[in-house]
Amino acid sequence: MNSATNVGGRRGKRMISLLFSAGCLMATMLCLMMLLVLLWSVISEGAAWLNWDFLNNFLSRHPEKAGIKSALAGSLWLTAFTALFSLPLGIGAAVYLEEYAANSWWRKMIQLNISNLAGVPSIVYGILGLGLFVQTFALGRSVISGALTLSLVVLPIIILTTQEALRGVPDSIRHASYALGATRWQTVYCQVLPASLPGIMTGVILALSRAVGEAAPLVAVGALTWVTFVPSSPMDQFTSLPIQIFNWSARPRPEFHQIAGAAIMVLLLVLISMNTIAVFVRYKYGKRIRW
Amino acid sequence: MSAKTIDIPDSTSVKPEPLTGDQVMDVGDQTIEIDDPTFTQAPVVDRPNTVGASENTVTRIRTRDLSVFYGEVQALKNISLSVPQHRVTALIGPSGCGKSTFLRCLNRMNDMVDGVRIAGNVWLDDQDVYDTGTDVVELRKRVGMVFQKSNPFPKSIFDNVAYGPRLSGIRNRSELHQIVEHSLKRSALWNEVKERLSDSALQLSGGQQQRLCIARALATDPEILLMDEPASALDPASTARIENLIFELRDRYTIVIVTHNMQQAARVSDRTAFFYEGRMIEDGPTKQLFTTPAEKQTEDYITGRFG
Ligand SMILES: Nc1ncnc2c1ncn2[C@@H]1O[C@H](COP(=O)(O)OP(=O)(O)OP(=O)(O)O)[C@@H](O)[C@H]1O
Ligand SMILES: [Mg+2]
Repeated sequence: MNSATNVGGRRGKRMISLLFSAGCLMATMLCLMMLLVLLWSVISEGAAWLNWDFLNNFLSRHPEKAGIKSALAGSLWLTAFTALFSLPLGIGAAVYLEEYAANSWWRKMIQLNISNLAGVPSIVYGILGLGLFVQTFALGRSVISGALTLSLVVLPIIILTTQEALRGVPDSIRHASYALGATRWQTVYCQVLPASLPGIMTGVILALSRAVGEAAPLVAVGALTWVTFVPSSPMDQFTSLPIQIFNWSARPRPEFHQIAGAAIMVLLLVLISMNTIAVFVRYKYGKRIRW
Repeated sequence: MSAKTIDIPDSTSVKPEPLTGDQVMDVGDQTIEIDDPTFTQAPVVDRPNTVGASENTVTRIRTRDLSVFYGEVQALKNISLSVPQHRVTALIGPSGCGKSTFLRCLNRMNDMVDGVRIAGNVWLDDQDVYDTGTDVVELRKRVGMVFQKSNPFPKSIFDNVAYGPRLSGIRNRSELHQIVEHSLKRSALWNEVKERLSDSALQLSGGQQQRLCIARALATDPEILLMDEPASALDPASTARIENLIFELRDRYTIVIVTHNMQQAARVSDRTAFFYEGRMIEDGPTKQLFTTPAEKQTEDYITGRFG
């Protein structure tokens, strides 16, 4: 009797386990399917429009003459300035939290807040950017305002991934450095940062690729959708790829939907290359250092 | 460990006891007889008689009532010990008795541990090591350390050894190269790595890494060298070379070495301190401690009856 229930229980467990893995497989397949459908619809619409002129033309009322030159340039400017603002700040904050700050409740508070900030929807940062940078600091609807707003979005990500990378460096390395008469700064600069650089780089690239793909905060800050020039200074107005895509796909004419598809392909290509670089960096340099 | 006798004859101490069968005594010379086939004696035997070494030398490091607490746990209890200049002081004792903790107090590496509390005093010459005005960075340059677990930097062999000198502001490539070569030769690693100084240090074997860490500590030219089981990962030949190195360094440096190897302590050290459960049970000239220990616990430990 006892053994019978046992066998029954075991069979039941195996059944559940089987069902569970089947469920997981289904979910994975579903996601994959959706991704494929999405890609297919984008490519089938946009592929015909993707050519050199499309990359090199400015906006136009006529879809066949329209291009994404200003949007590409705007995205480039934005990313460069976002990197300029967020890298020193983010890496600096992470180094402070990991290497300098004493393990106090104060530090724990900051840590908790940063983790929470990483989960704040980006539109909220957009509203903040509008109030703070565009209006209070009177920076206008400029590349600077956009980049500062995007910096807010990616800062928590950069801080958290950099902290993760710094934590990956074993304490024995720090101790060895201190024991040789290094100061804290020398230890951080000569040992900890170089050893964690691959991890930091990976995090930074992923954070910036997030910035490249963001539209909502830029809409809030007031990026224009009709820009027919390449920004020549950080104070210029701008548009960006996601914004251009948003604009085109909102238009009634089907041709615009098709060039939106072409623009999406360009955006995806940029994002995939950034992610590939991140994977490559992690693979190449991560392998060399094994503790 | 049980079948070993360590007998270091002592020409000055008064203990003319009758010799037992397996003891060998050459008065005035040092003979260590141990029936352990893996035992290799360090080739250098030509050492001055070091009995009573502390009496005619300067004390470099002195601790008084040094206690260390890790949180609620007390790891060291009222240690008072003097480390004489140009001598090798060995710390022995069973695992977990606080040898590494004591060593880390001497160059304030314990400061890194969260929740550590230190009571009592440590002096380096006449400088209070735990005084708030003490420059810890300067202290650590003078008191070098080799860790129990080897911890090379994930950099090239050259950069590992050159790190300390570079911190001191030496930039000249040929000068650095000279220091690196000299340090690696002393730690008996040079011949194995001279062809590949720019390879990653992490590619070296465990024992090679250990010797690299010794070279790295030597490169900063400290006055005092703290060595936490420097030979724990080494084969007999490398161990013998490290022991030779210690003899050699002894003339210019002051060395404190932690070892689990009784024979090693007997071979290399002038004085030995026996730690047990956070206390220092006794310390004295090595020969005396190994031949006529004052405490029963010491005797039990060195004859291998426990620990
Ligand atoms: N960082 C630490 N935090 C808490 N307790 C510690 C820490 N380091 C050491 N201890 C404790 O202090 C005691 C002494 O440790 P220590 O490392 O000094 O021993 P040891 O004599 O060097 O031993 P071994 O021969 O195994 O290296 C042990 O009980 C250990 O658990
Ligand atoms: Mg230890």
